[in-house]
Amino acid sequence: MAAEAGPSTTPGEEMNGSGNLMDILDEPFPDVGTYEDFHTIDWLREKSRDTDRHRKITSKSKESICDFIKSLLDAWSGWLVMLLIGLLSGTLAGVIDLAVDWMTDLKEGVCLSVFWYSHEQCCWTSNETTYDDRDKCPQWQKWAELMTGSSEGAAAYVLNYFLYVLWALFFSFLAVSLVRVFAPYACGSGIPEIKTILSGFIIRGYLGKWTLLIKTVTLVLAVSSGLSLGKEGPLVHVACCCGNLFSSLFSKYSKNEGKRREVLSAAAAAGVSVAFGAPIGGVLFSLEEVSYYFPLKTLWRSFFAALVAAFTLRSINPFGNNRLVLFYVEYHTPWYMAELVPFVLLGVFGGLWGTLFIRANIAWCRRRKTTRLGRYPVLEVLVVAGLTALLAFPNPYTRRSTSQLISELFNDCGSLASSQLCDYVNDPNMTRPVDDIPDRPAGAGVYAALWQLALALVFKVVITIFTFGMKIPSGLFIPSMAVGAIAGRIVGIAVEQMAYHHHDWIIFRSWCRPGADCVTPGLYAMVGAAACLGGVTRMTVSLVVIMFELTGGLEYIVPLMAAAVTSKWVADAFGKEGIYEAHIQLNGYPFLDVKDEFTHRTLAADVMRPRRGEPPLAVLTREGTTVEDVEALINETDYNGFPVVVSRESERLVGFVQRRDLTLAIKTARQKQEGVVSGSVVYFSEEVPPLPASAPQPLKLRRILNLSPFTVTDHTPMETVVDIFRKLGLRQCLVTRSGRLLGIITKKDVLRHMAQMLNQDPDSIMFN
Amino acid sequence: MSHVCINVCIQLYLLVCFLMILSAEISAAKNAEDIRCKCICPPYKDVNGKIYNQNVSLKDCNCLHVVKPMPVEGKDVEAYCLHCECRYEERSSGTIKVTIIVYLSLLGLLLLYMVYLTLLEPTLKRRLFGHSQLIQSDDDDVGDRQPFGNTRDVPSHSNVLNKVEHAQQRWWRQVQEQRKSVFDRHVVLS
Repeated sequence: MAAEAGPSTTPGEEMNGSGNLMDILDEPFPDVGTYEDFHTIDWLREKSRDTDRHRKITSKSKESICDFIKSLLDAWSGWLVMLLIGLLSGTLAGVIDLAVDWMTDLKEGVCLSVFWYSHEQCCWTSNETTYDDRDKCPQWQKWAELMTGSSEGAAAYVLNYFLYVLWALFFSFLAVSLVRVFAPYACGSGIPEIKTILSGFIIRGYLGKWTLLIKTVTLVLAVSSGLSLGKEGPLVHVACCCGNLFSSLFSKYSKNEGKRREVLSAAAAAGVSVAFGAPIGGVLFSLEEVSYYFPLKTLWRSFFAALVAAFTLRSINPFGNNRLVLFYVEYHTPWYMAELVPFVLLGVFGGLWGTLFIRANIAWCRRRKTTRLGRYPVLEVLVVAGLTALLAFPNPYTRRSTSQLISELFNDCGSLASSQLCDYVNDPNMTRPVDDIPDRPAGAGVYAALWQLALALVFKVVITIFTFGMKIPSGLFIPSMAVGAIAGRIVGIAVEQMAYHHHDWIIFRSWCRPGADCVTPGLYAMVGAAACLGGVTRMTVSLVVIMFELTGGLEYIVPLMAAAVTSKWVADAFGKEGIYEAHIQLNGYPFLDVKDEFTHRTLAADVMRPRRGEPPLAVLTREGTTVEDVEALINETDYNGFPVVVSRESERLVGFVQRRDLTLAIKTARQKQEGVVSGSVVYFSEEVPPLPASAPQPLKLRRILNLSPFTVTDHTPMETVVDIFRKLGLRQCLVTRSGRLLGIITKKDVLRHMAQMLNQDPDSIMFN
Repeated sequence: MSHVCINVCIQLYLLVCFLMILSAEISAAKNAEDIRCKCICPPYKDVNGKIYNQNVSLKDCNCLHVVKPMPVEGKDVEAYCLHCECRYEERSSGTIKVTIIVYLSLLGLLLLYMVYLTLLEPTLKRRLFGHSQLIQSDDDDVGDRQPFGNTRDVPSHSNVLNKVEHAQQRWWRQVQEQRKSVFDRHVVLS
């Protein structure tokens, strides 16, 4: 690779030293250096711009007190942005949690005295709750009871059912209508698009204010409507919108796309932190899943943002227990080595489910993209919501919200639990507290619960495939954790009962001594949740950290790791991509994954354009092209940039000019500079040769020329080229031979080539 | 009422809501009803299971302070209390109230604005300007295809209201463009 010799000027920058007087007096062209929608940024240019800005501020700071203060403010603006992001993300997450809590219960009934209380809050101060019926209190009534006065019987059940479905349809209709009318970018999870944005892609409006507002409002509606989706992915999107909002207040971040992406990485960490109450897990998730470049400075700032967000959420205290997440568990019962076998089995299940889900979901989304199904988004949402509500109501485990289901599955059975799952047969003569008893035989309630849980598992597995990717905000974490938790709990109860009934088998003999805690089904549920989540998203470290921050039990790291590793291995055996990479591929975003390895033996000459039989490369010459010719070239072709050569005969490379910069410069010159007409000659050189008086005013465009484009020779192996693109974030790379320009390789060509090597469809790469 | 006023109103409203929520948590007086100690005692011998609630603070949150009247006596008290599990819980009723009301009003505002934009505005425009004006910029192919075509987008009046109205129209056009790429062409966000 030969870097072009010469000063490393960047477009729009002042250049000290030699230069025409006319050059210095020329105004820089406005808007040059900004990017088009759906294009990739130039990381190197952004980085050098930032370095220049920093150098300017530092050198000016020695001049006066005012400038010194300005330089201090500039240095601290990063931390201020993180603080603001943390505050706003925490507040929004608290609002979302409280509103979801209330609206989910609204489907079933209403609090008569104080209508804004959810079921639990309504019965909080009541003294009429009994031990057997912990949820009942007279202030909160179901709809059937409110409307007809009776709370038992078939008529009341049918009425409750009908109203449940009606509310679900109403909420989902509102959600999809708001998304459609105000902010179409607010649908979906958001994480695939944010991954692409962080890798350098521009999607204007994706992180805008309206998207933020609509995503927050419709997320509550979507979750409350009982659909099988979660709020973690959308919360990452919300946090990144906050990041974008605050970074536009400071010119350090608003004018530099590269610095802005640092802020967005940190904001993504804050988003996961408030979703799970896991600040460290959030930072690791941002590092592992979402970010593309993650310098160490961003690590500390992300942690700060995540902490501030978690602290803000805690002070809002949405769940009334000073906890951040609904399913925080606190037991510390030990686990045994022999239990690693069922944990590994749960890992295998998680991997298999992850593969199944990814394949089925991508197939369904592809169908939505290409066939008539995609033309009826509102109808689709209504049908799925109606179906979900219809099938979810009869089963008490699916009727309540998924977070509450997970919470119940994670919890161990102590005396506080009155659910069916904890209907163990107690020896009434027991004098010791309930917790101390070794495993007890399951009562009838537990077997009934097992059946219902198995049905719930099948239901959730099927319906989530159709729900994820619809035109409302939808996340994936909670449904996958629910699937895993159900499977885990079933396995846990099975192992527990096996240990009880066959305690004379070899493996159980040392395991379950009377008086010692034996099997904890809640732990199996946690491990199952981690396995399924890992199988779908292919997270590794961040998953384990999130899970143990959720539970507070450092003892459970080994089972969680075992399950996560197993599920990743099993899932990777079937396909290398997680759900987010699969969606990126489906949409054709130009995402050059850092995790992929390119090991083929092709050369740069095989990938470059123009190929044999294609029209020759469109170039501009350093002098001699008229404005008219340049305009014609821009109008006829749709290339993103043009190399500039010394002359058409020698073809020696001078630099590279972007299409957008050229367009804007010519437009501005025609409007502002006198004498520039179609016949004016364009000069990319430093000095303009003296012209006769009758010749029209020349147009000097040296400012917008990039004098150091990256070049490789045609024999450079593609492995190296891909590595360069990845590490430097290039958009295009010129190919030379013996110093003469031969062709160009763009990021799109690289992606298409990689797709071809993997026998995928190269035409699916749509963007530049 | 033009888009201008509505947009400004919504932004002011959001700012007010955000401040209200923050102030609600900061100044939430610890309502006596907002703390409680909940003790759950399972069935013991011939005593039924019962739940006890009392508004006591954290240090008094144990079986002896909360379970009143004690259903068993003497030596059984200790055994009974070992079965019971007591938990201290806190909530902020002010925050819940403010949040729900703010959210519902925001939702209501958005719904009204949506109804206005989709149903009322086209009919109003049609009545005021006639049918021909509606076919203004439906073919807004904002691309780089003809960069040197007529670029007379800059309004001639530098009237503030005109400029802001222009910005509103631009926002609506952007949303339409987004809608086309997401819902019709399925280019982004399958």
